[in-house]
Amino acid sequence: MNFGEFARKRLQILTILAAAFTLFSAPQAALAQDAESVADAAVVAEEAAVETPAFEHFGADMIKGQPSFAEDGLVATMTFQEQYSPNGDYALWMHDAILLPIITVISVFVLFLLLWVMFRYRRGANPVPSKTSHNTLIEVIWTVIPIIILLVIAVPSIRLLAQQYESPPEDAITIKANGYQWYWGYEYVDNGGFEVISNMMPEADAVSQGLPPQLEVDNRMVVPVNTPLRIQTFGADVIHSFGIPSLWFKLDAVPGRVNEKMLTITEEGIFYGQCMELCGARHGYMPIAIEARSKEDFEAWVLSQGGTIGSGEVAEAEEVAEEPAEAEEATEA
Amino acid sequence: MATTAEGFDAHHEDHAHHDADHKPGFFARWFMSTNHKDIGTLYLIFAIIAGVIGGGISGLMRWELAEPGLQVMGQVVEFLGGEGTFDQQGHMWNVLITAHGLIMVFFMVMPAMIGGFGNWFVPLMIGAPDMAFPRMNNISFWLTVAGFLSLMFSAFVPGGVGPGAGVGWTVYAPLSTYGAQGPAVDFAIFSLHLAGAGSILGATNFITTIFNMRAPGMTLHKMPLFVWSVLVTAFLLLLALPVLAAAITMLLTDRNFGTTFFDPAGGGDPILYQHLFWFFGHPEVYIMILPGFGMISQIVATFSRKPVFGYLGMAYAMVAIGVVGFIVWAHHMYTVGLDVNTKMYFTAATMVIAVPTGIKIFSWIATMWGGSIEFKSPMVWALGFIFLFTVGGVTGVVLANGGVDDNLHDTYYVVAHFHYVLSLGAVTAMFAGWYYWFPKMFGRWHSEFLAHLQFWIFFVGVNMIFFPMHFLGLQGMARRYPDYTPAFEQWNHIASLGYVVTLVSVAVFFINIVYAFVAGRKPEGNYWGEGATTLEWSLSSPPPFHQFETLPVIQDHHSSDDHISPAPAKG
Repeated sequence: MNFGEFARKRLQILTILAAAFTLFSAPQAALAQDAESVADAAVVAEEAAVETPAFEHFGADMIKGQPSFAEDGLVATMTFQEQYSPNGDYALWMHDAILLPIITVISVFVLFLLLWVMFRYRRGANPVPSKTSHNTLIEVIWTVIPIIILLVIAVPSIRLLAQQYESPPEDAITIKANGYQWYWGYEYVDNGGFEVISNMMPEADAVSQGLPPQLEVDNRMVVPVNTPLRIQTFGADVIHSFGIPSLWFKLDAVPGRVNEKMLTITEEGIFYGQCMELCGARHGYMPIAIEARSKEDFEAWVLSQGGTIGSGEVAEAEEVAEEPAEAEEATEA
Repeated sequence: MATTAEGFDAHHEDHAHHDADHKPGFFARWFMSTNHKDIGTLYLIFAIIAGVIGGGISGLMRWELAEPGLQVMGQVVEFLGGEGTFDQQGHMWNVLITAHGLIMVFFMVMPAMIGGFGNWFVPLMIGAPDMAFPRMNNISFWLTVAGFLSLMFSAFVPGGVGPGAGVGWTVYAPLSTYGAQGPAVDFAIFSLHLAGAGSILGATNFITTIFNMRAPGMTLHKMPLFVWSVLVTAFLLLLALPVLAAAITMLLTDRNFGTTFFDPAGGGDPILYQHLFWFFGHPEVYIMILPGFGMISQIVATFSRKPVFGYLGMAYAMVAIGVVGFIVWAHHMYTVGLDVNTKMYFTAATMVIAVPTGIKIFSWIATMWGGSIEFKSPMVWALGFIFLFTVGGVTGVVLANGGVDDNLHDTYYVVAHFHYVLSLGAVTAMFAGWYYWFPKMFGRWHSEFLAHLQFWIFFVGVNMIFFPMHFLGLQGMARRYPDYTPAFEQWNHIASLGYVVTLVSVAVFFINIVYAFVAGRKPEGNYWGEGATTLEWSLSSPPPFHQFETLPVIQDHHSSDDHISPAPAKG
């Protein structure tokens, strides 16, 4: 990106920010109105067709990707978040079915051996030490067995990497996540190039709506569900990192280069993430919230943002929607 | 070498008592020291001071993280004379994590392991009168002190939003270049230059000493494993630190002289800095743990009354770890946008390190197998080390997988992993070494009861701090956050309580030191008895000011683990 364009963007952002600032107290009132309008929606729909279909964001009930609370059960707070992407399913399976059992067994095995030698070969039980200091066979064994274990790990690991690096199909929807100090901007490159500026929602507002504080934002990144997304990341000032735990997705946003990776979200819902690379004073306060919606809802949202819809995307998107199922098969194999 | 010993004799003017214990006056002895044992002691004192400061900073961090919201940073900023704005609090947090990392790595673990125990025991174990370059040894120490002062000073000069360098111990560009105005980052970088120069000089000193000053008959394959570990570590330092020096010098010129090595606006690349940093940074983690491996080998053999199992395998496993350690650096950078083939290579290469590490773990256990184990305090610490290091090691295998790391990178899982191998691994090894050699170094017995007590409190405390961090990381909690969403509160709270427990163990440590110097008995030369067979046990406790004026001779029938019997060599 050339720097003139970059500077213009920054100006745009400043304008938007200024506008947002003047309306600082407004959102709460607006949201209260929204809630009422949900209740009235049925009535309104019966009476007459609305000119512009108002886009309703998901509420707290649609939150899918967020850290678990103690009330969700102890185990839930000790493992990965539930996964909502094909890559996430495969990686989670690899961790839970291969890595975790192996490392647990190794740790317990070493602990057992330690306790055994401590008990069996304590001075009281074995006053005269043996003089054994070599045994080629056992040394070969404890070199070869770890190598075999590592090979067992390496096979799915390499497959996972290959899967993560699959190129997005040509019709994938490109969304560019720009990291700024300290907020995100989501540029809808294929939909008219508008940029949504996403700041952390003030804690009190989030709590009052039942949304998780420090994870919720004022403007979510709305994306279509079951559609390959070409996520590009870019750092506008310093390095940031675009990370969403429940989608097994993390990609650094680096100044001077555009990183790209495919992401497919398999369920509608809200998925929270955060900046994962130290980026200065407010590093902890630039969360990410992705809202995955049906194709129709996504298009309605794009239009409400003043964006455009390309032609012929709907048909192709349906084709790709079957891909997650294949990925699941691969997981079982 | 015989001439060296004679050279010392030629100097001596005092006819009344033995030349070996002729000590210079206080200032000359401690500020112009050229004696490896005194410099070792200085390093240990310095490491303890730095450890208290670094550990105090972790206290502030755990206090802040005990519950969601910002409670402590505001007070810290106000205490240091700032206004306590929101941004200043966030910046102060970054300053603290940066200082904690740099202090613990460069001014606590490295000085204690290499400067402290290395200086003290490498010459003793190879039967040398001193280090090869005693004056260089002195400048190594004082450069490290100067580096520490430079880092401390950086906390009080402007560093952008507030005072201090808030860029993380990795000092990533461009946050550390145009992202941080003011001289604080320059002072922090300069601190690394000084400490790095000190370490490079120290490394050359160790390499020269070990290659040229071994007692007659002590071949490389008869050297104690602790000496092997310091030798490998010295090579890692010598090869890795110049790369760091280059990288941070480029940072300095980017910051101050208009170069753009790491600035894309001038054709530079921020990722280049990360490659350079981690080319140093990964060997650095082995620099911190290898001397610990060496100490644990000595201790396990001593208290099992058995020679180390698979001595050659142990020595070359360390060499292998050192070599492979240089070709795995990009596993710290899995999310920067690496090519798929690069990521596959680094995944495979990283997992290879588990093999020599496994050899070491199993060899320690095999050393104990068939032994006659006595549970003196160093042995208890060593057993704790083996288990905790295993736990830290296996999570490393998880993180090695580039695809899995996509979710875990820069989360608390990584924090848990590297604290298990360093805070619970390296530090546990240091305490093991401390109690193993304390009476030897200072001529006073510590309290074995307090040493055991400290172990158990420490063991509970550090596990309480760091084990829950695995869960936080799996749940997605990011590193370097002063604040978090309420879902993360439960485990953070337990971790902060664990800090308090650990603090008690540190108090016991200091009480033990006071006890030793006030009421400690005087130890004999070889106070651990039969199992302790390396050359330092042939000397009195503490050893004479100059030892081995007549060089000990290692007979052919002596194995690597049995240097002092049956023919004792007295200095």
